[in-house]
Amino acid sequence: MWGSMFRWLDPYAKPETLYHLCGRLLPYLMVLAVFTLLLGNIWGLAFSPADYQQGDSYRIIYIHVPSAIWSMGAYSSMAIAAFIGLVWQIRVAQWAVLAIAPIGAVYTAIALFTGAAWGKPMWGTWWVWDARLTSELVLLFLYLGVIALSGAFSEAARGIKVASLLAIVGVVNLPIIHFSVEWWNTLHQGATITKFAKPSIDPSMLWPLLISILGFALLLAALTCLRLRSQILIFEQHRPWVRQLLDSKADSTQKEQN
Amino acid sequence: MNPRRQKRLAAVVAFVLLLGGAIGAMLYALQQNIDLFYTPSQLIEGMGDDKVKPQIGQRLRIGGMVVKGSVRRDPNSLKVSFDLVDTGPLVTVEYEGILPDLFREGQGIVAQGVLVDEKTILASEVLAKHDEEYMPPEVAEAVKGIKHVAPKNMQSYGQPDTAEPKSATPEQGKPAGQQP
Repeated sequence: MWGSMFRWLDPYAKPETLYHLCGRLLPYLMVLAVFTLLLGNIWGLAFSPADYQQGDSYRIIYIHVPSAIWSMGAYSSMAIAAFIGLVWQIRVAQWAVLAIAPIGAVYTAIALFTGAAWGKPMWGTWWVWDARLTSELVLLFLYLGVIALSGAFSEAARGIKVASLLAIVGVVNLPIIHFSVEWWNTLHQGATITKFAKPSIDPSMLWPLLISILGFALLLAALTCLRLRSQILIFEQHRPWVRQLLDSKADSTQKEQN
Repeated sequence: MNPRRQKRLAAVVAFVLLLGGAIGAMLYALQQNIDLFYTPSQLIEGMGDDKVKPQIGQRLRIGGMVVKGSVRRDPNSLKVSFDLVDTGPLVTVEYEGILPDLFREGQGIVAQGVLVDEKTILASEVLAKHDEEYMPPEVAEAVKGIKHVAPKNMQSYGQPDTAEPKSATPEQGKPAGQQP
């Protein structure tokens, strides 16, 4: 059942095919990401109206919320890749874990930093150990753990295996982050848009936010393609196809120089 | 799926379920300790199934809504006291210091301090909590009857409360479809 459902994916398990697919996708994703990020952020930061309570300070939402959402989105993708890499032993999935982890860690750090910078003027404090903030900090540590573990063994394959296990177990943290504001008393307010009810934000502020969220997603995809390509080259550097690729690149740069 | 994959799948799933279960059980056991603050009714009636009440002299956080008309400021110092409420009883908070910009009557706040008697807390820190609603001032005025005052113009320390931002006339002709 599973085999036939995902058969069409099989060619992309081959590093060379995936390398070229990522190379073809990368420019489109990058251009779209830059465009939507500029549009969403300029609209949100300069043109959408101020908030009735928080004035202009609320505008940090246009960076804070997208990075926080995709810090969790990146983690789920990384965990899915880790799962496929562990069970089906597909090497490109294992390399995808290494590719995504640092990007997710940076997104998490951005979410934590912008949250602190927003908390100071509004709540009156940079940091408070409430369930939402603490669980998001745990997410950062999970990312750092995955990065550290993957490089902690002299045998790369074993490091990836252990890091993948950590990545999968860490998924437990995602519902905790999301529902922390409902399960416990927290200083952090409840969800504005990631809920089944109607978003509790005015449409004039919602649209630039949605565009920014799309922009952060596209940037995540673009950076993943970029990093996955370099991971493939690193792990396949002794294969003939990489040799050929590098030789042809070297030839063309030589021609340009002459 | 071939047997080796099946075995790996079973191992990974078992590992994750075990660890996930352990973390879930830990969180469940810690449930009351993860709450950032007591609500006024939890403080007075006790918390959880065992109705555990905090002891006098205990350091704790209290979170609730500032009761309208309860903010009393000392004209000669930064001393301020106000009442907090959630669903039932009132708790009084005494504080000396600068309140956050968002502090106002009807606002949710979280105060950290020491319980001095059954329903009074001497706070060392007051944090403002805001809700998840965002809207432009015109919409807020139309929907909630709240007049927008920029946070920095709101402080009125050292004098009785005159500059409270809420004109407190809600429900004046709610325009349909404007409710966020």
